[in-house]
Amino acid sequence: MNAIETGKALTGNRLSDGEVVFLTRSGAWSVSIDEAVIALEPQSEAALERRGEQAVAHNVVTEAYLIGVERSQGRVRALHIRERIRATGPSVRLDLGKQSQGTGGGFAPQS
Amino acid sequence: MYRYDEFDHRFVSERVAQFRDQAARRLSGELTEDEFKPLRLMNGLYLQLHAYMLRVAIPYGTLSGKQMRKLADVADKYDRGYGHFTTRQNIQYNWIKLEETADLLQELSEVEMHAIQTSGNCIRNVTTDHWAGAAADELADPRPVAELLRQWSTLHPEFSFLPRKFKIAVTGAPNDRAAVKVHDIGLRMHQNDAGERGWEVIVGGGLGRTPLIGYTVREFLPETQLLSYLEAIMRVYNLHGRRDNKYKARIKILVHELGEENFRAEVEAEFARQKELDVEVESRELERISNYFAEPAFETLPRLSTGYEAARAGDPAFAQWVRSNIAAHRKDGYAIVNISLKPEGGIPGDATSEQMRTVADLAERFSVEEIRVSHHQNLVLPHVKLDDLHEVWKVLAANGLASANIGKAGDIIACPGLDYCTLATARSIPIAQTISRRFADLNRQHEIGPLRINISGCINACGHHHVAHIGILGLEKKGVEYYQITLGGSSATDASIGTILGPGFSGDKVPDAIETIVNTYLNLRQGGDDSFLDVVRRLGHQPFKEALYAPA
Amino acid sequence: MPLLKDNDFIDDTWQRLDDGAAIPATGDILVSLARLLADFGKLSNRDGRLGVEFPNEERPGVLESFLPDLSLIALTFPKFADGRAYSQARQLRQLGYDGELRAIGDVLPDQLSFMLETGFDAFEVTERFPEEAWEQAASSISLTYQSAAYQPRRLHVWRLRWARDEGV
Repeated sequence: MNAIETGKALTGNRLSDGEVVFLTRSGAWSVSIDEAVIALEPQSEAALERRGEQAVAHNVVTEAYLIGVERSQGRVRALHIRERIRATGPSVRLDLGKQSQGTGGGFAPQS
Repeated sequence: MYRYDEFDHRFVSERVAQFRDQAARRLSGELTEDEFKPLRLMNGLYLQLHAYMLRVAIPYGTLSGKQMRKLADVADKYDRGYGHFTTRQNIQYNWIKLEETADLLQELSEVEMHAIQTSGNCIRNVTTDHWAGAAADELADPRPVAELLRQWSTLHPEFSFLPRKFKIAVTGAPNDRAAVKVHDIGLRMHQNDAGERGWEVIVGGGLGRTPLIGYTVREFLPETQLLSYLEAIMRVYNLHGRRDNKYKARIKILVHELGEENFRAEVEAEFARQKELDVEVESRELERISNYFAEPAFETLPRLSTGYEAARAGDPAFAQWVRSNIAAHRKDGYAIVNISLKPEGGIPGDATSEQMRTVADLAERFSVEEIRVSHHQNLVLPHVKLDDLHEVWKVLAANGLASANIGKAGDIIACPGLDYCTLATARSIPIAQTISRRFADLNRQHEIGPLRINISGCINACGHHHVAHIGILGLEKKGVEYYQITLGGSSATDASIGTILGPGFSGDKVPDAIETIVNTYLNLRQGGDDSFLDVVRRLGHQPFKEALYAPA
Repeated sequence: MPLLKDNDFIDDTWQRLDDGAAIPATGDILVSLARLLADFGKLSNRDGRLGVEFPNEERPGVLESFLPDLSLIALTFPKFADGRAYSQARQLRQLGYDGELRAIGDVLPDQLSFMLETGFDAFEVTERFPEEAWEQAASSISLTYQSAAYQPRRLHVWRLRWARDEGV
């Protein structure tokens, strides 16, 4: 069985260095989309959004918003190409960004 | 070249300190993001997809070897070893940290550089002809006026919160290489029968969502009235430009909605009321600045160089590069060297820190220390002796900088697109890469002749696709990128806006489509002098449409 | 809200008069442009100074004949990024107005020096920022490249150069 879960993850850019980060289950922010906590239903989406507002108010991230993702075998893939590029790095410079640091999640932006 | 005096130094240092304080207040939480964003933007700092992006001003595209070397150092120390030269003659760094930005700006200030007004709703970096002061066809070097405008527009108290960004381009040559007709204000130098110089003032051009060619609001403005007149235009715009819709906020929309005559009347009435500007101070300053742009001490050389002719005859690769990358200099025995930042399969406008240092070295050894950035995202060594060209070419070739494709199919303008930019709807760079690989054969590029292919990754048109012979616009539908093709644009003296050819293509189909368009042109042209743009203008879109959309 | 004037927080002695309200016999009153135009006769013949809150959409030329009777003109910044009032301020100063020019609305320290340069001399501000923040903001840049300032505070670079090069 290779179950695919579809839901929402909360993402933003870190205030101090602009790095793309994702909210994790523990409430910390991770640079890897694979560690993102995923809301599978509307109530938990609203809860994530509240956590996002707090993180903005506390100047952790500049803005926080939900993105559509799917998870399979522990890897998370953003549904929109823009978010896949944010989660991995520039598709024209595979030597740069998260994809070059082992934090790029399991999916290339093109896939 | 212009050099800072103690006052310019003090001004920029104070500006860096001011930004350091603003950034600290943001990091401490005293300022909200909404309050800080316009402040950081006024210092060129964006938040892009992966990190902060810093756009550093290269005023009117002119820089010294020393400045280029600092740009390389900044790339290594604060970024990831490269930078991206833009269509506005600036450079962008893609991996900047907010915490380090003030330090970076301080380092830049040591070589008389800054990021002031490279973003925000203010008067942006003034651009000009990248061959200014060197071109054979020039009336006069436009850079003294460009520098005057740089100073006048810097932190202008009245015009720092305009309805929208504001771009001014200046040219001193009859052949427009500064795209003055597609700027908010374009200034073109003319000389009257009495031998006096003045400016044709063109207003309301622009690209983006609503591409328009500017119109001439004044045919001939005496040089001494320039700043007063610009203040009048800016004031009319600041007061009456739309602020209800950011997509209708540029001056071109105001001109369009008021009508050319009404707009002119508003400006002339405001100009007549301007009485406080101090013309004498302004003329003295222009005179002072002009001294910095005095012609370099060129040697008296013969028009022909035997060494150069011999190298050209004996080295076909060099000869080919000369044909595309060398332009006529105003001085006998000298040439303008255009350095292509468009290697086959490369990222248009990107240069590594090592390449920057190579160009800095070459400028110091062979080009009176001067470098230019072109709005085609290439670099220029403006003053190279014919005798030195072969040596310069060899160094460039050894560093991946000798692509012989200036003005050809491979010389593609591309914005950063969705690989970096938060506004983008589609990727631009991979499209540029695949097209440049498709046209990798340089002999074929030379056979095709002048061809400008520009790619933008969204409707904002940073890649200037509207004024390309072949323009490509990246859009998105339901998360899938697709690309619209326009034909017939030009940013030259006879500027025109390209129009859409037909339905768009997915990214992987774009190179085939471009190839079909180019082959159609080759079949239609009447000899090698009949350029792509000539053919499109003569025959219209129909033959290209037929070739592209014919049922298989 | 406190009023910032000459680097000091002072009490605002002006009274805002609603368009329908009766005109008080004494005291300084600030009225709308519509009220000014409708009731100028009554407003100008009383014991107390007169001010007007001038909208961003109007052309300052409308006020030209009223200027000798006005002691306060308030210009609005609906958002700090809406800069129309900077041009209005300069136009009013060019028309010869030399009374109080007050910035109201979204007035923040980081824009204070621009406001001073274009002719504002009073600022309705929030208490969010301490007095030092305003002082620091107004003095963070000591030079200017524009010759247009009303009562210049910063030093004009081009004039400094002229003086330097003339040796005066």
